[in-house]
Amino acid sequence: MTAVAARLRPLTGHRLFWPALVLVVMLAANTVYRPGFLAVEVKNGHLYGTPIDILRLSAPLILVALGMTLVIATGGIDLSVGSLCAISGAIACLHISGAADQNSPATVATALALAFGAALVLGAWNGVLVAVMGFEPIIATLILMVAGRGIAQLVTEGQIITINSGPYRAIGLGHFLTLPLAILIALAAALLVAAFTRRTALGLIVESVGGNAEASRLAGIRSRRIVFLVYVISAACAALAGFMVTANVSSADGNAAGLWIELDAILAVVIGGTSLAGGRFSLGGTVLGALIIQTLTTTVYAMNISPQTSLLFKAVVVIAVCLVQAPAFRARLRRRRRGTEPGPAAPQREKEQVPA
Amino acid sequence: MSSTSLTTGRSWRPSLPRRHVPVLATLALLLVMYGIGVSQYRAFSNIQVVFNVFIDNGFLLVVAVGMTFVILTGGIDLSVGSVVAMTAMVSASLLRDGLPAALVLVIALLIGPTLGFLMGCAIHFFEIQPFIVTLAGMFFARGMCTFISDSSISITDGFWTSMSQQRIGDPAGNFVSISVLIAFAVVLIAAYVLAYTRFGRNVYAVGGNAQSALLMGLPVARTRIAVYTISGLCSAIGGILLSFYTLSGAPLIAVGMELDVIAAVVIGGTVLTGGSGYVFGTVLGVLVLGVIQTLITFDGSLNSWWTKIVIGGLLFAFILLQRLIGIRFK
Repeated sequence: MTAVAARLRPLTGHRLFWPALVLVVMLAANTVYRPGFLAVEVKNGHLYGTPIDILRLSAPLILVALGMTLVIATGGIDLSVGSLCAISGAIACLHISGAADQNSPATVATALALAFGAALVLGAWNGVLVAVMGFEPIIATLILMVAGRGIAQLVTEGQIITINSGPYRAIGLGHFLTLPLAILIALAAALLVAAFTRRTALGLIVESVGGNAEASRLAGIRSRRIVFLVYVISAACAALAGFMVTANVSSADGNAAGLWIELDAILAVVIGGTSLAGGRFSLGGTVLGALIIQTLTTTVYAMNISPQTSLLFKAVVVIAVCLVQAPAFRARLRRRRRGTEPGPAAPQREKEQVPA
Repeated sequence: MSSTSLTTGRSWRPSLPRRHVPVLATLALLLVMYGIGVSQYRAFSNIQVVFNVFIDNGFLLVVAVGMTFVILTGGIDLSVGSVVAMTAMVSASLLRDGLPAALVLVIALLIGPTLGFLMGCAIHFFEIQPFIVTLAGMFFARGMCTFISDSSISITDGFWTSMSQQRIGDPAGNFVSISVLIAFAVVLIAAYVLAYTRFGRNVYAVGGNAQSALLMGLPVARTRIAVYTISGLCSAIGGILLSFYTLSGAPLIAVGMELDVIAAVVIGGTVLTGGSGYVFGTVLGVLVLGVIQTLITFDGSLNSWWTKIVIGGLLFAFILLQRLIGIRFK
């Protein structure tokens, strides 16, 4: 028994073990409940099936969560991403709906550029508030979270703007090489972020800023510039997610687009093992976390439970995953199980201040 | 420990303590906004307009008072909106099942604090961030709402309708509802507890620096768990007041209310990192939000989304003010 446990330790000790286990358990439970769950078939040259749906629907969440991971790694938090989704979607749809030919690629490209630019400006606003003016991140981004919904409704004038544009629709529902375009975009973004943070020193710098901004500054890192940068990246990711969310339904609703996506994104990041205190991050964990959340949602829908009641399950999963990962909880469990074993020196990171 | 302020002598200007400036700024803003309203619209000077702000925002006020405790310790409670909805929902469904009003009140008032207590325990003993724990609490409470019923349940109970329709006022026709009196009572009790009791001092101490508070031998665990329980209790009272106000329980009511509440507390001068703020400031913050809504309603040509933009702008202005005054801010 102990031998098995000892051999499994490197595996169970891996930071992605618990999130991956939760995902596998959920998929297995689904397959037991509904044998056809994992079936994937080819129709009209495209792949179809529940797993593909989960991937496609989780794309916006993955995008937002990627940006959020970097922000959280610097010890911050970005509450404004949901509002940014709504604003970017609204601006893009407004431009397309006003154009003569909604299907022209030039129109769509201009719309995307406009909306993307607006999102970058708003991201820069967040960045200035946090990095230059030194506002608490949670409150700095709360400003745009509250005001941003108003701005989005201002853009759409309180209406739901519907559009009929093939190229724009493709962002959410199109296919490329048999796979949904949305998941490919999310994958590309994930690889891009991973390449920039893990193949260059950027990731290390981000982590050092999150660990101790002042010490990093004294070590010669331009902390403020890094903090500013992550909020702009987060806004860019949110804008892409906003395009997907609005393209999925071919309409922009200032109120509903991207509603609560910031909370789901923060959850995905935390489930993926990134500490809210900052100082380290795991992009793979974040993607896993986003997939867990989407799988949970899809599972609950498949069981004919109302979407709102699915929040109950979400609450249970969140608490369970967070408890399993909480050093204090694990230490307590270990003490109860056996008083003798000192346990593998848990990488207990002491930080004075956690955001919020 | 005396109840006088603990600021050091050097940063203390006898004329105007710096920690009072945000509250006074909020008061000034409130007066200016009221002045604008009175000068623009004739009916605005009617005293009933002020009473209506209280009637419409009584439940918000109670919840914001609970949130003030949590934010003073440096935490945050995202679950309040959902707990308000859950309390209203539970009361409505129990009343529909024919339980006596008194029993329903007791049950409804117990749910919120229980959830708050559990969240406080998770936050303190397992060291999970308040943001995440209360987010889970928010999901749980909102999920319970729809679990109870998918559609709204109306309340026909005699006690509830009498509480809803009872008007307390002068012969001139101005009146307040009982909810407003309950809200005032909550505010007074909270202000007393924060300013004049040992527990209130502990709340400020934990928010100022939890580590120091622990080393000083203050009961950090008890205080931290207690503030989330208090916030849960205030949300429960807020939920009851809301069910008096709407005479129903609806699963999607008070969605996003936590943002209004946090905004009100911050506009009222409480610092989000904890340790500095007053219940009186929170009252002013809620009134500012209420007066903005009233102004926009009176104007008629402005759309409801301007409320959000204005609140966002005010949040910015007030945090900037706190930053400029240089109140303890990390």
